[in-house]
Amino acid sequence: MNSFTFTQAAAVDAAVREKASHEGAAYIGGGTNLVDLMKENVARPTHLIGLKKLGLDTIENTPDGGLRLGALATNADTAYHPEVISRYPLLNQAILAGASPQLRNMATDGGNLMQRTRCYYFYDLATPCNKREPGTGCSAIGGYNRVCGILGTSDSCIATHPSDMCVALAALDTTVRVSGPNGERTIKFEDFHRLPGDHPERDNTLEPGELITGLDLPAKGFAQHFSYLKLRDRTSYAFALVSVAAALELDGNTIKDARLALGGVAHKAWRDKAAEALLVGQPATADTFRRVAAKVLENAKGYGENTFKIELAKRAIVRALKQATEMKATVDTNAYFQPSAFNS
Amino acid sequence: MTHVTQAPLGMSPATLVPTQPVTLHINGQDRTLHIAPWTTLLDALREYLDLTGTKKGCDHGQCGACTVLVDGKHINSCLSLAVMQEGSEIQTIEGLGTEESLSPLQQAFIDHDAFQCGYCTPGQICSAQGLINEGKARTEAEVRELMSGNLCRCGAYSNILSAVMEVIEGQKPGAEGKIVMPEKEWSAGAAHQQMPPVAPPKK
Repeated sequence: MNSFTFTQAAAVDAAVREKASHEGAAYIGGGTNLVDLMKENVARPTHLIGLKKLGLDTIENTPDGGLRLGALATNADTAYHPEVISRYPLLNQAILAGASPQLRNMATDGGNLMQRTRCYYFYDLATPCNKREPGTGCSAIGGYNRVCGILGTSDSCIATHPSDMCVALAALDTTVRVSGPNGERTIKFEDFHRLPGDHPERDNTLEPGELITGLDLPAKGFAQHFSYLKLRDRTSYAFALVSVAAALELDGNTIKDARLALGGVAHKAWRDKAAEALLVGQPATADTFRRVAAKVLENAKGYGENTFKIELAKRAIVRALKQATEMKATVDTNAYFQPSAFNS
Repeated sequence: MTHVTQAPLGMSPATLVPTQPVTLHINGQDRTLHIAPWTTLLDALREYLDLTGTKKGCDHGQCGACTVLVDGKHINSCLSLAVMQEGSEIQTIEGLGTEESLSPLQQAFIDHDAFQCGYCTPGQICSAQGLINEGKARTEAEVRELMSGNLCRCGAYSNILSAVMEVIEGQKPGAEGKIVMPEKEWSAGAAHQQMPPVAPPKK
């Protein structure tokens, strides 16, 4: 690790001021990703601003019937919060599908959004990576890209955002609350993370110095029909090859409202509103789901090692929507995917 | 001109790195350290406090050998900076039991032969203690899933599971708070005593 200084910020405005006055400073929440990146010399902050004393770790009902997650609430406290379990079980399932209990006990909700990709080349200082060193090239294109993206990629970067929690947050129409040098503002979740384009070094749309203070969930939690389906190389404690957050509102067998977001396939949690619109008014049948799945993957691009993800994602969408409809085997975080099944 | 870099007697040598004071509440005692901010909680425990029960495995939060309890919750001490833990209640394997009075989990790990080399064991036990504190793990499937952050190179998983389950079962209502220990014959120690000495191979 490089040399740095550390202070514990006492309040949000003080933290924001301190960030502005130190070039190369970084906020640190739970530290689960940042400390690791610092050990790997991928992140080299000169000053760390601790956030533990800011409060912001509560989970509270909002006047409009929603729920506000403090940015410093841990992933574990969020997943196991009674309001999350009863009203936003999709979020509960997505969080518990990710990381390990130790990491969920440390990692914060704001930090979950801020974690970096786990693309092998981003961590490997010996190889070019546009996200780590802009302008050096992308080693994943033409390299080991089994874990990389198939949607919204660019010639500069095919990295994925690794979060499970964010896939549920995207599906649930979350709003991100931030504070910065120019005051407070909100960012719609779908606008928070960006696609790589020509600037893969930028993961999100935060302005310099801005700090996430909370996540607002709207009242509608889709607690009756939902599924978080995560497919990965081992049954626990692995990043998603493909994951699907599916949420439905049904009137009999007719879909009244739908949410669909994918993880493990893009630079951000991939919510597809056009696909959601295709579901509305349709019968909740496998035919409908297959048609929608084909639409979601219509513009997908494989890079060799990860091309299997296109078919895998289609089938995962169908299965997640079926699970959400029937509410059977919803807790399917242990699904084991064998790639050989798709190689023939 | 000669520069003397040796520190005055009784004082720490001059140091190039900025240190800062941090008071950690560990196993019921306040310990104040002057450490560089990049010292992880794990390194603070092992290198500055001689609490070497907590192990360094991967140092990247992937193996769980460094698991300790902070405010009752199990975390990876390798991914936390010591300066971030000022004011926290930290419990390590040294604080869970003593040689004279093992914790129920420590005893269960011995009784179930839940380790071979033992390197992952302090982390396994701290994780299991965290799960028991939270009350989230009740079934074997839940324990398996919620212990997945602790790797065991020797593959003692099935015995680790039975050790943890025994302590969880012993705490359920109806068990009257008693930890039901297995018959002694079940344990490896007892089994070894019954085995005849191994004779050298005959030529």
